[in-house]
Amino acid sequence: MGLLLTEDEKMLQESAAGFFADKAPVSQIRALRDDRDATGYSKELWLEMSEMGFTGVLVDAENGGFDMGFMAAGLIAEQMGKNLSASPFLSSSVLAATALKMAGDKQAAKLLPEIVSGKMVMALAVDEGGKHNPDAIQMTASPSGNGFKLNGKKSMVVDGHMADQIIVVAQTDDGLTLFVVPTDAKGLDTERTIMVDSRNAARMVFEDVEVTGEQVLGEVGKGADILNTVLNAGRAVLAAEMLGAASQVFQTTNDYLKERKQFGKIIGEFQALQHRMAHLYCELELARTSVLTALTALDKNPKSAGPFVSMAKAKLGSVAKLAALESVQLHGGMGMTDELDIGLYLKRIRVAQELLGDADYHIAQITK
Amino acid sequence: MSDLEQFRAETCAWLGANCPEEMRTPMKRETDGCWGGRNWVFQSEAQKLWLERMAAKGWTAPSWPKQYGGAGLSRAEDKILKQEMKRINARPPLLSFGIWMLGPALLKFGTEAQKMRFLPEICRGEIRWCQGYSEPNAGSDLASLATKCEDKGDHFLVNGSKVWTSYADEADWIFCLVRTDNTGKKHHGISFILFDMETEGVSTKPIKLISGRSPFCETFFENVKVPKENLVGERDKGWTIAKYLLTHEREMIGDSGNLKPVAQMVAELGIIPDAALQAKITELTIDEWAFSQTMSRMLAEAKAGASLGAKSSMLKYYGTELNKRRYEVMMDAAGYDGLEWESERSNDGELARLWLRTKGNSIEGGTSEIQLNIIAKHILELPGT
Repeated sequence: MGLLLTEDEKMLQESAAGFFADKAPVSQIRALRDDRDATGYSKELWLEMSEMGFTGVLVDAENGGFDMGFMAAGLIAEQMGKNLSASPFLSSSVLAATALKMAGDKQAAKLLPEIVSGKMVMALAVDEGGKHNPDAIQMTASPSGNGFKLNGKKSMVVDGHMADQIIVVAQTDDGLTLFVVPTDAKGLDTERTIMVDSRNAARMVFEDVEVTGEQVLGEVGKGADILNTVLNAGRAVLAAEMLGAASQVFQTTNDYLKERKQFGKIIGEFQALQHRMAHLYCELELARTSVLTALTALDKNPKSAGPFVSMAKAKLGSVAKLAALESVQLHGGMGMTDELDIGLYLKRIRVAQELLGDADYHIAQITK
Repeated sequence: MSDLEQFRAETCAWLGANCPEEMRTPMKRETDGCWGGRNWVFQSEAQKLWLERMAAKGWTAPSWPKQYGGAGLSRAEDKILKQEMKRINARPPLLSFGIWMLGPALLKFGTEAQKMRFLPEICRGEIRWCQGYSEPNAGSDLASLATKCEDKGDHFLVNGSKVWTSYADEADWIFCLVRTDNTGKKHHGISFILFDMETEGVSTKPIKLISGRSPFCETFFENVKVPKENLVGERDKGWTIAKYLLTHEREMIGDSGNLKPVAQMVAELGIIPDAALQAKITELTIDEWAFSQTMSRMLAEAKAGASLGAKSSMLKYYGTELNKRRYEVMMDAAGYDGLEWESERSNDGELARLWLRTKGNSIEGGTSEIQLNIIAKHILELPGT
């Protein structure tokens, strides 16, 4: 049923846990933030992730990857969530890799090996407004010569500030179409946006950006099918990342309750606090199950996994938020300080919650 | 064909041939179930036949050993049987505290003579049990129970009272926690005994609940003589059995695995929810799904046959709170119709009565707050006060 990890999956989980705790602990994102790093992640880490095989987790062997599936991608992301490890894993190794793999065309054969090697970073430009809404894409791709001209704007392009290539979703007369566009294309204006979690995205404005027919990913007008699976892959991996982050703040808080003394007592003795933690424990167990189920459903059949992924993303959206909020409150004044890592988790969870649809969005999706 | 596939095929065929049509319709109310026992009046020939056939097969307690009336099914086979029964909407042949609660305790702590005496009768639905745990002054603080049990040489003498005894007025026997020693700590000196409800000195008084129904009683013991061979486990050490049984009870109360999804219940009311109600239903649907999957995961994680331990508190807490939420949403959905109390249209206020009944879910078998205490202590290892 996928509710229990296999031996291989447990091994992957362990090696990812060791790797991120060692190579990309929370202190790394803190340092990147304080140094106002231009990339926003450690390039060295990214190459090491490539050596570990993480960048190619969803890429088939023909293109240099390891084809380990969505469960594996989720297990890696969970450990990234625990350590708040920043990297273009979501944008490049999950979203772009899934899109290329599904298109399975010449571009895929060219670009996938470069994603695996970590030499090239790709990002997905889908949303345009203030909230995730792939049904409201207005960017146009109008015929021009034997190619198209792209016009419109994109927001929250995760890692778009430093990506080499962008997968852009636009409307053609035949329907939604995906294009691969280099970030130095003429007419493309990119503004780096540093987000609350110290990670980066971009706002992009396309003004008559010319693309050839060869830059179409998959078929013209058939972008919706690819996009749907790509987004679901991203959502499930984000849910797994949130699970890691939420479990970590929960653990940190539980440890703190066993240490901190007030009124001559360890504060963990107070029933008011115990009950909040015990409730959160239950919610986290349900959250874990929902992530495992969503990843399993994706591995089984990405086309029918939508409802499971939405349930997991919605559940994690609310449970991870609860974990972060409880963590700040139960740490008292210390939870408000930048010195503690709690705030960094609160911020990352807020971003991950919003990315690719918050709980409200996914509840509405399920209802449809 | 693998052994399990073979078992599924045989089970499917047997159920198809032996489950009466009348027993393949949903139970409309709790009282539609078959509780068995000395005084049981079968509601139909089909109900009687179904119980007899299932009992003969050992399938009223499928996982119990054959010599005690079960069928000795493995966990996987038991699951297949449940699935196949669900597939044809078969009603459970027997609702029984003997099977759900006393049986597991006897299997673990009973003597061979006790097992042989009671378990086969339980499986055949010939004896109906009630549970004597809570007392007027021992609710959440169960271990402070005070029903006195004195050793009178050739018998025990029991004096005291119990409360919240489910169906005590209809039960044949009671399994009961009594105090055999009050000189030490409160967890010490508790014993687990069994006796016939027809013994002189036993009386019951139903308690009317807010639902208008009386599934619980007050139970009084005045100089009740109990044979000594009816002591289960060691004298003064009954708390271990009590805890073991509570764990079973929690898993059972928390088990919403077979509950109808709230979305389906709302649809059956014939109501088309507006957007706000629909969002509430969907949110609940997610939790129903995540909870039932979590239950499967935890059972899979616990080694075959092993108890879930403190995790059963999580299932009890979450499952019962979830069920309360489900019925609040049902009442929201039903609107004015859900408020009808006495009418044929409303099946005499069935929904309202069920809604009221769920309020007890998070109280009986250890309150939600007690479950949270257990999680905090045993799983989170937070210090005690």
